[in-house]
Amino acid sequence: MSLVGAFAASHAPGITARPSLPPAAESEPIFRAYDELRARVAAAQPDVWVVVSSEHWANFFLDNMPSFCVGISDEFFGPTDEKFVNIPRRGVRGHARLARALAEGVAEEVDLSTSHEMALDHGVMLPLHLLRTELPVIPIIVNCLAGFPAPLHRCHALGAAIRRTVDRWPERVALLGSGGLSHWPAMPESGRIGIDFDRRFLDAFIGGRIEGFLRYPKEKLEAEAGPGGHEIRTWVTVAGAANGARGSLLAYQPVPAWSTGCAVAALQVEAVVKQAERK
Amino acid sequence: MSLYEVQKLLFHVNRDPKTWNRFLDERERLVAEYRLTEDEQHAVMETDFRRLYEMGVHSLLLGPLAAALGISFPDYLAILRGKQP
Repeated sequence: MSLVGAFAASHAPGITARPSLPPAAESEPIFRAYDELRARVAAAQPDVWVVVSSEHWANFFLDNMPSFCVGISDEFFGPTDEKFVNIPRRGVRGHARLARALAEGVAEEVDLSTSHEMALDHGVMLPLHLLRTELPVIPIIVNCLAGFPAPLHRCHALGAAIRRTVDRWPERVALLGSGGLSHWPAMPESGRIGIDFDRRFLDAFIGGRIEGFLRYPKEKLEAEAGPGGHEIRTWVTVAGAANGARGSLLAYQPVPAWSTGCAVAALQVEAVVKQAERK
Repeated sequence: MSLYEVQKLLFHVNRDPKTWNRFLDERERLVAEYRLTEDEQHAVMETDFRRLYEMGVHSLLLGPLAAALGISFPDYLAILRGKQP
């Protein structure tokens, strides 16, 4: 078994850009949850990250917008939007060999693009920054932004394909979905948060029953969780990899000053593997 | 309607350092290279964020541009909402 952790967390740029703007009662639960996540990652002892994040016009435009794209390189740079997120730009170790193997394995089931020059923005860099991790990273960018994002059930299939691929590896892989939950990013409505949607989604996510969200209508999602709500694709990908595993919610906090319903969660992937081994 | 071209221009400005420098130093010549309507040209020349947003430019092309121009996030939101800071 090689998937040793399945995590998901919000990457609202305000977390690092405007850390002191929200009341401490709102911001502290998120910082504490990221600390708890860091401890869980350390306990899982991964060798490599697969970070699934959302496109924000860092790599792709509407002339060529892939649904899913894997970054194949031994070195990345980020964040591209350092002025926006207030994180110093740096080099990030990649893992070209494993990224190639991931692309080949996943392509058996889900069509995906590859990039040898992927730029990392706050979607990947903000969680890495808060988790203070130096492990190599295989980034996967999911279109949650514009054009024709893949349906949610395809993101679930992507996660399942990632799982089947990395479970054949000797390396210990930690999977992180980065994005969401509800937000109206950089829009006049910014600060509005779809608390009811977020709570229902989180219940399903940590309950190991994401199925109810896989056909969620696009218009309903946007009305309830904002255009930024499309980033639940990254969480749904993690749920697809976790294959029904339950988990725990480390924090949910609506933070209007960060324009986002912020959440941090972990799924118990090891428990599921142990059950499978018992059969 | 050339919303696509406006967004392409702003994507290049945000992501390509050479285009960013041209946006600061010779904006009029840069803007002329894209197929924009007069209204769109004017909105880009003036970085009229509210007008650009109303045209349908994606908010995540506008927010990072405002940040790069040194406009604080609260001020940017105030501009979008028609309340000049």
